[in-house]
Amino acid sequence: MTENGKPKLAMYWAAACGGCEISILNIHENILVVDEVFDVAFFPCIADFKTKDVIGYPDGYIDVCLFNGAIRNSENEEMAKLLRQKSKIMVAYGSCAYEGCIPALSNLTSKDATFNAVYKENPSIDNPGGVIPQTEFKVPEGILEIPVFYNTVKSLDQVVEVDYYLPGCPPEPPQIWAVLQVVVAALLEGAPLPPKGSIVGATNVAVCEECDLKKDEKKITRFYRPYEITPEPGICLLEQGLVCVGPATRGGCGALCPQVGMGCRGCYGPLDGVEDQGAKMMSAIASVIDVGDYEGNEEKYEEKVQAAIDTIPDPAGTFYRFSMAHSLLKRARVDNGNGKGETE
Amino acid sequence: MANNTEFEPLIIGFTCNWCSYRAADLAGMSRIKYPPNVRLIRLMCSGRLDPSFVLKALKGGADAVLITGCHPGECHYLEQNYKTLKRYILLKRMLEQFGVEPNRVKLVWASAAEGVQLADEITKMVEEVRDLGPLNWPAVVSPNGDHPIAETEPVVEEVQA
Repeated sequence: MTENGKPKLAMYWAAACGGCEISILNIHENILVVDEVFDVAFFPCIADFKTKDVIGYPDGYIDVCLFNGAIRNSENEEMAKLLRQKSKIMVAYGSCAYEGCIPALSNLTSKDATFNAVYKENPSIDNPGGVIPQTEFKVPEGILEIPVFYNTVKSLDQVVEVDYYLPGCPPEPPQIWAVLQVVVAALLEGAPLPPKGSIVGATNVAVCEECDLKKDEKKITRFYRPYEITPEPGICLLEQGLVCVGPATRGGCGALCPQVGMGCRGCYGPLDGVEDQGAKMMSAIASVIDVGDYEGNEEKYEEKVQAAIDTIPDPAGTFYRFSMAHSLLKRARVDNGNGKGETE
Repeated sequence: MANNTEFEPLIIGFTCNWCSYRAADLAGMSRIKYPPNVRLIRLMCSGRLDPSFVLKALKGGADAVLITGCHPGECHYLEQNYKTLKRYILLKRMLEQFGVEPNRVKLVWASAAEGVQLADEITKMVEEVRDLGPLNWPAVVSPNGDHPIAETEPVVEEVQA
């Protein structure tokens, strides 16, 4: 890259699906503006850069680093630390970097169980020797190394300092563009940046606020999984028994999912002041369960509640789908029981 | 668990202002003895109990959490204790997924007159938790989300040629 005085942009993926990179392209023709304003300094998805290029940059050379993906292994952590050192502004871009997202759901199990599932027990696996990845392997030319697979998936801010968080799985294009405009204005015209640690590109009201489905009193006798029913159009999905995490999720996405009949998954994370999105949602879900009157029989009543709750097959995975790494408990205890985060 | 006799569980107890706190108060005034392992926190209603209070207690080092409230039908706020019951059932289900024994969280109804019953329940719970052993969540998960115990396990295992 030639020195042309343009601010430098980097984007890197750690434990991610690649959707965040694509979401950048979702800003459509504005991507040309991004190209005009920024010099791309590191962006493995779209251009051929090597880690050694980044190592060669002086500290703080990159103006903005959009880091997406969770910290799953030692390579992710190494890259996070390297990019932090080389970047002025570090943005946790997307839900994985912000709060662990889908990769962090494996915090409900152990490393061993994950390896077993992927390399041994998977029905489509042909691995008679039971080979699992080794961190070191001796070959005639020397020792080959691959990254260490961590037991616990972490969010970006659990390994390096993060300046801003841009939530979403992936972030929505209008929000990305709005954030990029603020950054560009700050870099080119010296406009003020939001305070460090801010959650940018999102609102501070729940998804329900943006959702125009009709909401009434919620009385749910059982929950349905999305494939089980076709929701009535125009009516709150939660009222119809579809789990919608909208009440406990930060808005900013425009309530896209509920409007097409899919309950909010919760990807924008918790609202301000909420420590644990899953607990909040759990509280909301439990309080709308209606199994009829108590009728003086505690046992029978409990059974009915239990039956309603049993229609949610995976409560932890449902309520912490995106926020496991930032949750209060952070992971399952696996040093007892069957090693799968369940006690028997 | 070895050395159970040595282990004194720490239990955080949530009481409601109108019934169970009065029950605890009555137990005290009547000089009914119950183990000092429970630290009681008064809420206005058991319905005020956000599940995150329970998670925070466990995360902060409590071995168990006791939730108490008015008997069904007797809630000062009409029906909030039903919500407590529903949250409690769902919370237990979820804690199982986190590897926490469901018995570490217990829901007890106690009216303002039931000092003896509450003291009995507390005594019983302390013994149950003593049998379960320490939870010690801060050692299981360090603040940055590491899992020190599992992290030290060897990744590599022997593979036959």
